[in-house]
Amino acid sequence: MFEINTLLVGLLLVNFVLLGASRLDTGVRQVAAQGALLSLLTLAEHAGWGAPWRVWLLALGSGVVKAVVFPHFLRRALREADVRREMAPYVGFTASVLVGVAALAASLWLASRLPLPGPVASPLLVPVSLFTVLVGMFLLVSRRKALTQVVGYLVVENGVFCFGLALPEDAPLPVEVGILLDIFAAVFIMGIMIYQISREFDDIDTDRLTSLRDEAT
Amino acid sequence: MIAALLLVPAVAGLLALLLRSDQLRRALLVATALTHLALVAAVWRATPAAAPTAWLRLDPVGTLVLGVTSVLFAVASIYAVGYLAHEVRAPRPDIEEDALFANGPEAVFTACLLFFLATMTLVTVSQNLGVLWVAVEATTLASAPLIFFHRHHRSLEATWKYLLICSVGIAVALLGNFFLAFAASFGPAGSGSLVLHELIAGAPGLHVRWLKAAFVLLLVGYGTKMGLAPLHTWLPDAHAEAPSVVSALLSGALLNCAFLGIVRAYQVLAAAGQRRFAGDLLIDIGLFSMALAAVFIVAQPDFKRLLAYSSVEHMGILAVGMGLGGGAVFGALLHLVNHSLAKGMLFLLAGNILAAYRSKSTAGVRGVGTALPVTAGLWVAGLLAITGSPPFGPFLSELVIVKGAIDGGHAVVTVLFLLFLAAAFVGMARPMLTMVQGDPLAGLRPAGRDRWLAVAPPAVLGVSVLLLGLWVPSWLSDMLRAAARVVGAG
Repeated sequence: MFEINTLLVGLLLVNFVLLGASRLDTGVRQVAAQGALLSLLTLAEHAGWGAPWRVWLLALGSGVVKAVVFPHFLRRALREADVRREMAPYVGFTASVLVGVAALAASLWLASRLPLPGPVASPLLVPVSLFTVLVGMFLLVSRRKALTQVVGYLVVENGVFCFGLALPEDAPLPVEVGILLDIFAAVFIMGIMIYQISREFDDIDTDRLTSLRDEAT
Repeated sequence: MIAALLLVPAVAGLLALLLRSDQLRRALLVATALTHLALVAAVWRATPAAAPTAWLRLDPVGTLVLGVTSVLFAVASIYAVGYLAHEVRAPRPDIEEDALFANGPEAVFTACLLFFLATMTLVTVSQNLGVLWVAVEATTLASAPLIFFHRHHRSLEATWKYLLICSVGIAVALLGNFFLAFAASFGPAGSGSLVLHELIAGAPGLHVRWLKAAFVLLLVGYGTKMGLAPLHTWLPDAHAEAPSVVSALLSGALLNCAFLGIVRAYQVLAAAGQRRFAGDLLIDIGLFSMALAAVFIVAQPDFKRLLAYSSVEHMGILAVGMGLGGGAVFGALLHLVNHSLAKGMLFLLAGNILAAYRSKSTAGVRGVGTALPVTAGLWVAGLLAITGSPPFGPFLSELVIVKGAIDGGHAVVTVLFLLFLAAAFVGMARPMLTMVQGDPLAGLRPAGRDRWLAVAPPAVLGVSVLLLGLWVPSWLSDMLRAAARVVGAG
């Protein structure tokens, strides 16, 4: 249950599933799975069952928020918006997976260029977290539904969180809680906005959000 | 003291949600803003004592940004009372599309304004980069509902872009923070702490490659929020679609807070002997912002977007001044004050023009001089101020930056800087002056006159920016010098 490498490989596979997912609720489910994996990773970083109370608090807190509350929010937005359930990508799914392979290679190379200050729990930690950030960025720009953009944002955020686990020293508790609260509020407000977008446009295609632009002269 | 600065607006914000009476709520808004201003005046005079490693502490740079924020908020809150009193409540026809729209609830609007003030205050007092990050992200969340006050398609689009682009940008800044913590955890003394004082004290021991990568990420992250090109794409939309009083706060207060995030990172790099690396990046991105803003200012058909692109330009000026180092840092900090006052004034005036003409088109608005004489006079003064004409404050601060560039031997930077300033001057002067002249076009007759509450607040800002051009009072120049010293330029 607390095998760091297994968990990291799981995270990596989830990223590929996300890149190839064609349905919105698959995306929501995978991002929830990522949240659960990250919460287990947090514990695994700190000696599993024997982790101190503040680690348990954070792991449980972020696990509940990311694996239970967010998916619940997003599914509700999905239901109320009553949108069509496809991802509607700008880049096809096969091409997306290929981009993922390239991103993985890039992350491995980047991680090999940056020396680590001390022993890290797993050599995979830094490359996998960078890979997750890159996948999130790619999902953000290559999918057109407002909801998938929120999924992309969450994947970026998960990658950053995962990177934070590689730090030899933990961030102080108030900072970690603050970060979690911010992300929670962000997703909450985004959920409300998705509802508004679907009411105004009868759809959550961000293609419709194009009336504001300037042309260079 | 710092706790009071944070709690007063936060508690008032909660209270605003509970109050039923509009009158009471507006009184609460102004009272809170003035209380905050009084508290800021007190900490300006005597900085509250705190351990250098405290997470929440006021240093000269933070105090400067806090002071600007508080002054602008106080002025904007008085303007907001007049604005809210004259807003039509019933659904009304949209000015650009064939649809009806209504406003969001006023209680939420007022509460978010107050939360916005509380979160910006937190940004200025944070000495722990982790707390700073939390605060900057919180400013995004508090201000997003403000942009969506007028509930129509365009404000929805602007809010979505703002929320998503800034959140992702800020996520990159968080990664930058973690990189910085990595850089700080090398060596036997490495602690991985993100407290600014400890980072600067241990700067020589920071790992250079992680440190440089961290700065790039922080620059991209906070630069997105600050509106540096090419990361500025949310800015013109949000500034144009938000109510004008919110645009004034976004441009005059929020962008400074994001800039403060970059300044903190710059302080660490300067202490670690990487000033040139950070400075060159800042100069490049600053000049690029100025160039891009100039391109979009010329022939811009929408006067609120015109002002928004001018903000991109001025954020570029701040970045260039900070990047040049030496005397230019003083100029950049003075320019921060000047820009906030002048741009706040212009956005409030744009709100008056928009309310009277119900149009944001520079081609459609004519004859402001006869319809709204006071607004028109201030509009021209604001134009002169923001484009850096004497005797207004921005002229002085831009001069100090140019002098810093020449002293540092940056010939190319000097030439480009002056060129972009000139382009922006021409691009802004023509449409803004033609709006004032002539007679209103048929079909676009202005409704209403200058109201006292709509012209007094921008007039106060205008007089301040004029005075700053003639004479910088010693209490301000002392603070500016202390701030420039903190940033690391004697």
